[in-house]
Amino acid sequence: MTNADKAARREWPLWEVFIRGQHGLSHRHVGSLHAADAEMAMKNARDVYTRRHEGTSIWVVPSAQITASAPSDKGPMFDPADDKTYRHPTFFDIPDDVGAM
Amino acid sequence: MYAQLVKSDAADDSPEARAFQARIDRGEKIEPKDWMPDGYRKTLIRQIGQHAHSEIVGQLPEGNWITRAPTLERKAILLAKVQDEAGHGLYLYCAAETLGVSRDELTEMLLDGRMKYSSIFNYPTLTWADMGAVGWLVDGAAIMNQVPLQRTSYGPYARAMVRICKEESFHQRQGFDIMMKMANGTEAQRRMAQNALDRFWYPSLMMFGPSDKDSVHSAQSMAWKIKMNTNDELRQKFVDQTVPQAEYLGLTVPDPDLRWHDETGHYEFTQPDWSEFMDVLRGNGPCNADRLAARNKAWDDGAWVREGLMAHADKKRAAKVAAE
Ligand SMILES: [Fe+2]
Ligand SMILES: [Fe+2]
Ligand SMILES: [Fe+2]
Repeated sequence: MTNADKAARREWPLWEVFIRGQHGLSHRHVGSLHAADAEMAMKNARDVYTRRHEGTSIWVVPSAQITASAPSDKGPMFDPADDKTYRHPTFFDIPDDVGAM
Repeated sequence: MYAQLVKSDAADDSPEARAFQARIDRGEKIEPKDWMPDGYRKTLIRQIGQHAHSEIVGQLPEGNWITRAPTLERKAILLAKVQDEAGHGLYLYCAAETLGVSRDELTEMLLDGRMKYSSIFNYPTLTWADMGAVGWLVDGAAIMNQVPLQRTSYGPYARAMVRICKEESFHQRQGFDIMMKMANGTEAQRRMAQNALDRFWYPSLMMFGPSDKDSVHSAQSMAWKIKMNTNDELRQKFVDQTVPQAEYLGLTVPDPDLRWHDETGHYEFTQPDWSEFMDVLRGNGPCNADRLAARNKAWDDGAWVREGLMAHADKKRAAKVAAE
């Protein structure tokens, strides 16, 4: 269905839900839901995604606001890291005598 | 299962399709924006959609007993269980939507009969013991199917399954707990428990669908890893697990030909009546008309709420723009 069809039907927009599982952790994407506005998205997120203490904090974001990288960009975006192994500490051999480093 | 007799579209033989199959064979997950064969997409929409509809319609037979639960505690537990099923439906609709179908489209296809839900929910729940039998047998059968699907090739579907499986074991245990109470209760309660088992045994075996060991659809779905086991494998596993539980309860599985075989390590059992199954799928089960009528009524009666909340959201947005 095209976006114009969806608008004509007035389907509730889609929201992405992010939850902080425990204090000190970052928010993680857990799924999506439909809601007319942010307030309702928050209420629904609470009911759908946190029935068993799954979270201490919720973010809801309109799905349309998310910009995602394309699968076809995977090579150019992530492959350059392959030949830069010196970015990892294990690249360097430090003699044991030096002690903890 | 929750998705029974899902027709799978054939794979094409393009280089893309072969590369795609190689990804699946390597155990990679397919994500929404990745290239996928049209048949994979369509088959998944049918399967996940049917699974989602089953969770939603599956609330009705249990919802029937929320107001009549024997104690406040049982009522709270059943309410929580039914609420979980609504959640399962929502997780699955989300997963289906990532394939390019909208929630409302899926709902409309359920309401006008173009899409199916599991045959099991077309049977009535006549007594409180049925709440025990449903949790124990129906959720038990669902678990058999859902646990392997956590490894399915489509990322959003697999993630929904992980979430669902975490919640299902509470469902089965609360059902078995009801059965234990009834089976050890008064003679009338014990009879009620036996009667519930008698009525739900064969419909539960039907949940896995007819034998598909020679089906081309199933072979394609298994190659795509959207079906992980044959229907017969899962049904056998279910029988092997459930019969000793019935014995523990002191109840009798309604199958005079049920036999344990030491050599195979499996029970031999009687197949359900597959003509009854086909008839229920065609819409002629005891509750098909009621179930669809209830869903249609909920959808129609809720129209003004859906529209009203959109109008309210529009008004708030306009007021905010005006204030800026
Ligand atoms: Fe469920
Ligand atoms: Fe269920
Ligand atoms: Fe369940």
